[in-house]
Amino acid sequence: MRRKSTAHDVKRYPGFRAITWATMVFLYGPIIVIAIYSFNEIRSITVWGGFSLDWYIKAFNNDLIQRATMNSLIIAVSASTIATVFATFAALGMRGRRYRGKEAAFGLISLPLIVPEIVSAVASLVFFVLVGIPLGIGSIMLAHVVFCIPFAYLPINARLEGIEPYYEEAARDLYADGRQSFVHVVLPMLFPGIISGFILAFIISLDDFIITNFVAGPGATTLPLAIYGLVRTGLTPEINAISTMLLLVSIFFVTLSFLIGRWQARTQS
Amino acid sequence: MSAAVPPVRKERNNMRARAALMSPALLIIGGFLVAPLFVVLVYSFLTPGTYGGVIWEWTTDAYVQFLFEKDIFDETLIFSTAYLQIYSRSFVQAAASTAICFLIGFPTAYFIATRPAAQRNMWVLLVTVPYWINLLIRTIAMLFLVRDNGPLNHLLLSWGIIDEPIHIAYTNFGVGIGLVYSYLPFMVLPIYATIERFDFRLVEAAFDLYADRWTVLWKIILPLCAPGVIAGSLLVFIPSLGAFIAPDLLGGGKNLMIGNLIAMQFQASRNWPFGAAAAMILMTIVLVTLIFYARRQGRSTVRLH
Repeated sequence: MRRKSTAHDVKRYPGFRAITWATMVFLYGPIIVIAIYSFNEIRSITVWGGFSLDWYIKAFNNDLIQRATMNSLIIAVSASTIATVFATFAALGMRGRRYRGKEAAFGLISLPLIVPEIVSAVASLVFFVLVGIPLGIGSIMLAHVVFCIPFAYLPINARLEGIEPYYEEAARDLYADGRQSFVHVVLPMLFPGIISGFILAFIISLDDFIITNFVAGPGATTLPLAIYGLVRTGLTPEINAISTMLLLVSIFFVTLSFLIGRWQARTQS
Repeated sequence: MSAAVPPVRKERNNMRARAALMSPALLIIGGFLVAPLFVVLVYSFLTPGTYGGVIWEWTTDAYVQFLFEKDIFDETLIFSTAYLQIYSRSFVQAAASTAICFLIGFPTAYFIATRPAAQRNMWVLLVTVPYWINLLIRTIAMLFLVRDNGPLNHLLLSWGIIDEPIHIAYTNFGVGIGLVYSYLPFMVLPIYATIERFDFRLVEAAFDLYADRWTVLWKIILPLCAPGVIAGSLLVFIPSLGAFIAPDLLGGGKNLMIGNLIAMQFQASRNWPFGAAAAMILMTIVLVTLIFYARRQGRSTVRLH
């Protein structure tokens, strides 16, 4: 690595580089190790039995995992779609100058981020039981929409705040009415924010374990619940394989959202 | 079209449109989070049903149970620290994890923020990605790595660094590692954001006045980056306090924290009012911490302007 005049660099602290690398090893070490072992042909952690995709095939053929994956996808797609639509509406409604109740509305939207997950989880459970909403896919979806809204809202709102009013003023000067300037000017500019929001809500929903665990009821299961159930009976290479797949899905979507964010920053400046 | 509408009515229509746009999100959160929290509050003052659920008889038993145990024979109350211990253990675990996150997170954030602009984005992405990776799976990966017959112990044994496996999994220390692993990105990112905006001419000025490197760090950089450090500490401390996954998997059911205590009341123990009370106590601690923080923030912004 190229270093410039380190001796006089006032910003440099000895050891900070090493700590940063150590942090990276700490953050990525465990997931890299679990990914490597998911390809080990034999169960052993001491001997490398050769590269194999057997555990992946085994995971794919597992009925429980198949069903859980389907459920997870159905829930994540619907919950994040609904949350993104509602969050977009909310961001548009809250846009612009300060008015009474704006801060309260913002506080309510970010409430799911503040309440500890375990508290939201038991609260949803007792509420569903009290009101008589049957526990299953539907109750999971409903609970997911709640905590997906702030995750979708934040990037959408950030993008919306970056759209200066003069774009719409220009559109109006060219005789566009309110609807036209919204559809042809604001919405296309807002689109990257909406996509980012959807992706984040999707990952959060796909990954959720604690809240889902409480509102799932006995019948329904999602991928994280299935993985947790398997872990209870012992760590197997099959778990490593499923985990690795889910890791890759998350990494893919986060990177995608990051790239959209950078592209968005470039188009805005 | 809108030009014909008088301004007052236009304003009112505008507010109505805003409310209509905001209402789906606000109603969902109000109806399915705020209302449930109120139900939990109410339930914490009710009598537990035999098979879970509640009986509608008002009592403060659930809260009394935190401090006292009822004697089975004569119903006298005996002071008991069993539940207090779980709360204090959670506090200690969360505080220790926050401290460790700071000790490794600050240098990391500093290093990243002082990289050339082109590299910074890459580093920030590297710190951000783990946050978005499934927490359950990350914790399983950590458990897999550190358990007694896991790869880490195996490696250390085969190198001759240790003679017998170090016990990390199923100890308080293991839970601490799990918490740091879970929430470290929350410490790095806000600190990074403040250091990135930091005016390094102040550091040059301090050097001109013969301050040494560490004095500069302690007396200038750290105090001016305090908002980021405090924000990061809260973002680590609050979720650590209510953590469920790390103590459940890495504590192996022995090293309970508040999150596990609450969960148990709705699963195995089936004492809903007690679980509701435990949840309300946790919620209160979190809210008090946040209000304290908001007050402080309010004061410091007033001072700055």
